[in-house]
Amino acid sequence: MATGPVIYGLMAEFTSPEALVAAAERAHREGYRRLDAYSPFPVEGLAEAIGFHRNLLPLLVLLGGIVGASGGFFLQYWFHVLDYPMNIGGRPLNSWPMFIPVTFELTILIAALAAVLGLLALNGLPMPYHPVFNVERFELASRNRFFLCIESRDVKFDAAATRRFMEDLNPQGVYEVEP
Amino acid sequence: MANELEKTLAAEEIAPVIEPGYTYASITDKISAIVLTRPTPRVWYVGFAFSFLLVLLLLFGITYLLTVGVGIWGINIPVAWGFAIVNFVWWIGIGHAGTLISAILLLMRQKWRQSINRFAEAMTLFAVMCAGLFPLLHLGRPWYFYWLFPYPSTMDIQPQFRSPLVWDVFAVSTYFTVSILFWYVGLIPDLATLRDRARNRFPRFAYGMLAMGWRGSAIHWHRYETAYLLLAGLATPLVVSVHTVVSFDFTIGLVPGWHSTIFPPYFVAGAIYSGFAMVLTLAIPLRKIYGLEDFITLRHLKNMGEVMLATGLIVAYGYLMEGFMSWYSGSPYERYLMFYRMHGLYRYMFWALLVFNIVIPQALWFLRVRTSPLALFAIAICVNIGMWLERYVIVVVSLSRDFMPSAWGTYSGTVWDYAIFIGTIGLFLTLMLVFVRLLPMISIFEMRGLLHAEEGAEPESRPQG
Repeated sequence: MATGPVIYGLMAEFTSPEALVAAAERAHREGYRRLDAYSPFPVEGLAEAIGFHRNLLPLLVLLGGIVGASGGFFLQYWFHVLDYPMNIGGRPLNSWPMFIPVTFELTILIAALAAVLGLLALNGLPMPYHPVFNVERFELASRNRFFLCIESRDVKFDAAATRRFMEDLNPQGVYEVEP
Repeated sequence: MANELEKTLAAEEIAPVIEPGYTYASITDKISAIVLTRPTPRVWYVGFAFSFLLVLLLLFGITYLLTVGVGIWGINIPVAWGFAIVNFVWWIGIGHAGTLISAILLLMRQKWRQSINRFAEAMTLFAVMCAGLFPLLHLGRPWYFYWLFPYPSTMDIQPQFRSPLVWDVFAVSTYFTVSILFWYVGLIPDLATLRDRARNRFPRFAYGMLAMGWRGSAIHWHRYETAYLLLAGLATPLVVSVHTVVSFDFTIGLVPGWHSTIFPPYFVAGAIYSGFAMVLTLAIPLRKIYGLEDFITLRHLKNMGEVMLATGLIVAYGYLMEGFMSWYSGSPYERYLMFYRMHGLYRYMFWALLVFNIVIPQALWFLRVRTSPLALFAIAICVNIGMWLERYVIVVVSLSRDFMPSAWGTYSGTVWDYAIFIGTIGLFLTLMLVFVRLLPMISIFEMRGLLHAEEGAEPESRPQG
């Protein structure tokens, strides 16, 4: 193995979300850090089991909302107070209650855009190619099977030892993932 | 009869939100097969041919409108807002149920939303598309629609942000954008399922591109759920704001019958009312044609009936308060308008709307009615018609009788008004049919999650259903 890893990693297949969570927890306890779990629907506690804790998305959405709110209000303030002030019956130029609906809509719009674009960006999507799809059985990951993949980049990864460890998890099968 | 009673009783207990005996695999296969392998039912072709004819009628109507101008419509002065605004409010109201189901019921952890949210959201999108056509066509010169947006204009003229009509532009375009984002985010995992299930090259490629390489990673799912929840939290106040802003189009004006504080809440309730009626109108035939009674069970129909009953009562309260306030205000104009609604030229519409919106839906108090698809379908159609009449009465009657008798007028829709209105119904149905043909009409991954939550561990170990 002097020429570097020739496989992307090893993948184990499970039939239930509970088995996958248990396996992911064991792998994490064992010291594996470069690993990912795949399931056909969101499984509670799975992301935590593989050691994922920091979720930036809420912060992004909050920032989006703040940008939308301040930008939306300033947009109207700019037009009606600074750029083209128009005196209509002596009413105040900065008639802020009338600016609230558009401010509100733009808050929602920018926050929602931040949520969706942030989701895609943080998840690295769109991703036209990914090695896990080289495993033939992996197409069941979007149907009824649950997969755990330990990547060969992991410092603790050793083709033989990791395979033994994964077979010990009582999976349906263990597969090599082509890079 | 006995079977019917059994069904009724089952719905009275807790009829399951998904019939027993399903596995992750069989749910996936059943829903994806509708798109991928099952032959398209003959009804689909018939429906598509019919609704596409109506789309052609719409195109014809729009072409003639753009050639000749809005004079082909029945609008006049004083009734400058005719069918276009009636249809706009009607369509946008219908859209509201989709967002209610997908966002508000998600936040309230209502499990029964999960088999109806996908096509209800699609319904929202298509309804908002139909709604958006009307104000655009009503502009007179629709090709200048971008004047409504604050773009860097060399004319140095900008929208008047103190006008509710400009709020409407922002509310509706935000609503459409957020709805489409919400819908697409919900679709991504199912598009991945279709990509993995498809056996032919082109569908595999198309669904693959749309799924953007989704692979169901735990970390992705974690962010996904956060995003979905946040979008639901954003869409909830949005949907309330949209019909509130639509009602501002009326209430900010001083016209008798419009200038009322009850409008925003009762418009929102009316929107949800008509929206649920449309969801039922679509869901009942769809579950029958595609054999989805196991996923869209009597429980769903019963719950939707209950939402209709509740929102219908809020709408009834709105009507009552409108009547009371016009008397209590002491304003002769308001009082006359209410009198004119009941006894004037448009009295048949007024009484018909009371019958369709208030009297007939009272049948929903009976469990037998709420668990009978046929009865629910009939009531839903009545409510659809009633809500259209309601908007007609609000828009047309008020404009035709404002303060000065010298400014009174009458209005009736021309053949072109009807052609374009019926045409948008065709557009809506066409889009809906294309949607059920090409995309999973029930959220597959949420159904798997629901199965897991309902049945607990290891549904896989049971014999395959």
